[in-house]
Order: sequence, then structure tokens, then C-alpha cells
Amino acid sequence: MTAPPAATPRLLAEPAATHRRDALAAHLERHGPLPSPSPHALVAAVEAAGLRGRGGAGFPTATKLRSVRGRRRTVVANGAEGEPASLKDAALLACSPHLVLDGLALVADALGATDAVLAVPDATGLRRHLAGRTDRVPVRVVEVPDRYVASQETALVRFLGGGPALPTPTRPSAAGTLVDNVETLAHLALIARNGPDWFRSVGHPELPGTLLVTAGGAVAAPGVVEVPAGTAVRAALDLAGGPTEPVQTVLSGGYGGAWLPAAAVDTPLDHAALRAAGSTLGVPVLLALPARACGLTQTAYLLQFLAGQSAGQCGPCRFGLRDVATDLALIAAAAPDAHLAHDRVRRRLGLVTGRGVCALPDGAARLAHSALRVFGDDLHHHLTGRPCRGAAAAPLFPGVWR
Amino acid sequence: MRLRVDPVACAGHGLCADLLPEGITLDEWGYPLLDPLLDPLLDAEIPADLLPHARAAVAACPALALRLDPTGPDDRRHGRNRRSR
Ligand code: SF4
Ligand code: SF4
Repeated sequence: MTAPPAATPRLLAEPAATHRRDALAAHLERHGPLPSPSPHALVAAVEAAGLRGRGGAGFPTATKLRSVRGRRRTVVANGAEGEPASLKDAALLACSPHLVLDGLALVADALGATDAVLAVPDATGLRRHLAGRTDRVPVRVVEVPDRYVASQETALVRFLGGGPALPTPTRPSAAGTLVDNVETLAHLALIARNGPDWFRSVGHPELPGTLLVTAGGAVAAPGVVEVPAGTAVRAALDLAGGPTEPVQTVLSGGYGGAWLPAAAVDTPLDHAALRAAGSTLGVPVLLALPARACGLTQTAYLLQFLAGQSAGQCGPCRFGLRDVATDLALIAAAAPDAHLAHDRVRRRLGLVTGRGVCALPDGAARLAHSALRVFGDDLHHHLTGRPCRGAAAAPLFPGVWR
Repeated sequence: MRLRVDPVACAGHGLCADLLPEGITLDEWGYPLLDPLLDPLLDAEIPADLLPHARAAVAACPALALRLDPTGPDDRRHGRNRRSR
């Protein structure tokens, strides 16, 4: 993880400050005291700011708050990283834990909640930050399993209720719990202090404020960078040190995301813009694929990883992702029957989408679809038994061999 | 009414497809595929003439994974879990 570039550090403090003995004092010095707005004033400010959730879906936070006001006993700050390739929640909690705790306290007060939870894969070093705080609702730091599905809202709610960290078909709202991503809460804490105009002064009209972006692959300084929303994909990668070698294209949205066509690397980081370019913002993760690598082979590795992340609860996800991963591996290896695998995988991708209870199979199918589209020329070579040298390379992206 | 499958509960017994072949087929792994015309994501109503068969399929499912829901303006993604927003 690297220090944020000069860009627009709002959430990521100077690393030096976080290592001071008294992180709370440093936090208050930097951001000022936490105001206590009325519930109405808080929701109005969040609405005027145009804050959208930072957990992947980009839903307007004010709408979510308004729909649950007064009906939630528990508020959860989700720091469980809803995307395997993302490091942003951990980076935020390491740099600015008190911004997250401030946002959690504001929402808990606004909803009249009686329980506030910070859910993280690793609580090391976090609990000590609770010491000097004077929140009305004391925060519980809960460690959740470090698996993709554990970060899904219903899995979190179930786990906090004493069950397994597995998604369920019941609506999270039914359990009396509001779940917000930690970055969303940190932005909310700054909106409460500085107002909506300040918040909107950077970012994209449709997506105001800054974004924490995990940059990886062939860049000089992989890690988390904070950029104004609407920054071009290429510019965000430049803030992560820029390419270390010629880059072919970029995977946006992480392992549940989609490959960007090479011509679209100047697309702004915004939900609608990236969707129009055939990809997704999701949880912002940008992975630069070196020109020497084979996009099909790397995608086959990612599908194998995602199949292993399936909780195995839903048949089409359990068996479908496994078979899709096998088909892609045959295509990547340019096996003699690769064309059969190709016919099969096209059909199977249609059979896994929308047929699990969580977002994992849909994201995996989106990634695989995008690879067949974006690497169409390579696909042709693989199906005719003429793969490039990159086809035999090892996995390039983090976590895949974990 | 709309037909829904709970993918966690469904064990792929396939009985439902026997009882409602007009509306349910099984995928290659043995799990039910709702005919696109019955797919709740498309907000489709079950035609009246199929309703008795649909009820029979719901009643026969050993895993209690099939459900008939009244059509309403509610969230189309009911039962689908999204990332935290
Ligand atoms: S869709 Fe897949 S990962 Fe999600 S709950 Fe079902 S089996 Fe588990
Ligand atoms: S009868 Fe029930 S358990 Fe069997 S396939 Fe149909 S829905 Fe699934």
C-alpha cells in the first residue's frame, strides 16, 4: 500500500499522522470536532451532497437512510471488502479509522440505533481506537471470515446474529440492520463537518466526491489511491506510479468486474460511464494487464479462483462456475477441443447469471463474458490452436494463488 | 402470481419440472430454470391455465424451495442479495 498521491486526500490522512501515539487527537486536529446534526439535517446534507454508496452498487445513501430511519436497531460499518481484489477498506481503516467511526456514530444516532458494529476481516490494531471515543452507542469490532461471500449484506447480518457467514434469500432489511460500506460512512462524516457544497466541489456530477481506488497489475506503485470520481482510468493508474511496461488493457471493478476495451482506458470513473464502455465501476479496482500477458489465460485463472470462492449453497453457482472455469482453461490452453469448450461456456454463462442468492456468480459471468468480447482476436487464435506465448504464463493478479 | 426458486434451498430434485413442464426445465446440473415467461425478474404473471400445475409443483417440492408470490410493485430483486451499498 502506498501513500496517496498529491491528488485529493480527503479520507487518506498523511501516513505519519496515523502512527502518532494519539490517533484521535491527530484526527480531531485535522478534521475538527464531530458535529451532532438532527437526523433530518444529516439526511438532507447527505442528499444534497449526492453521496452514493461505496460498496459497489452506488445506491444513493440518503435514499437508503430515509427508507430505514427509525426502524433499525443495528448499524453495521462493512469493512469486509466486497471484492476480492480490493484493498481500499483496509487502507481506509488503517489510515483514518476515526472517520469511519464518526460516520458510524452519526448514522447510529440518526436512526436511534442501539447497536453499532464495525465488521472487518482483521481487527488487529482497530479496537484500541475505540478507547478515547465518547460515542452514544459503543462500537463493537467484529471479525468476519475473509471470504468473498462473507461481505455480502445478508451474510454479514446472519453472521452477526450468530449464524454462518453465508448469504440468504431474506432481505437484509428484514433483520432490523442497516449495512453501509466503511468508505461511505467516512465520506458521510466529512459531509456532516464540511457540508454538501464542499463535498461536491470535486468529483463527477453523477458521482460527487473522491473514490478510493485499488490499483494493481503492471503499475509502479500498486495500492490504494484516492482520486476525484470522474478521473480517467488511465490517469488513476498514473497516480499509482504509472505503467511499468506496455499495457494492453485494464480490468475495472475487480474480479467481479469486466475488462475494458483498450480504446476505453480514458473512460471516467463513474458508474454510468463505465457501464456504457462495457465495463463497471463496482468497487473501484483497476488492474493493468501487460501487453505480454494473455487476457484469456488470466481470466481463466480468475474464474478458477472465483469458483473456489463459491459458498456452494446454490447449485448453478456451485457447479456452473466450476464448469465455466474448466471451459475457459481449455480455451486458454488452446486445447484441441477448445471450440467445443467455447460453445459450452457461452451457454453456461447464461445459466449462472442471476441464479445464485448473492452477486458472486453474476460478477464471475460478467468477467468471463467481457474476456470473450475484449480478447476476441486472441480467442480466434486460441480456437484455431495458435495461442501466443503469454498463454502459458502464471497468474499475475493478487490473491489468485492464495 | 409469480413463481420463485430459492436457490439455497433447492436441492435439484427436479420434481417441479415433471409437474410443470410448460414452465420449468432443468439445466445441465439438474436445477430448475423458469421459462423466461415465468421469470420473476421479468415480472411475469403465471397464466391462469398453468396456475394449478404451478401450485402442484410448489406443493411437491421436497425442499420447500418453490414459492408462489403475489404480483406486486415490490422490489423485483427480492431474494437477490447485493453487495452492501
Ligand atoms: S450464489 Fe454462490 S457464492 Fe452466493 S450464496 Fe449462492 S453458492 Fe454461495
Ligand atoms: S422440486 Fe424443489 S428442490 Fe427439486 S428442483 Fe424443483 S425447486 Fe429444486
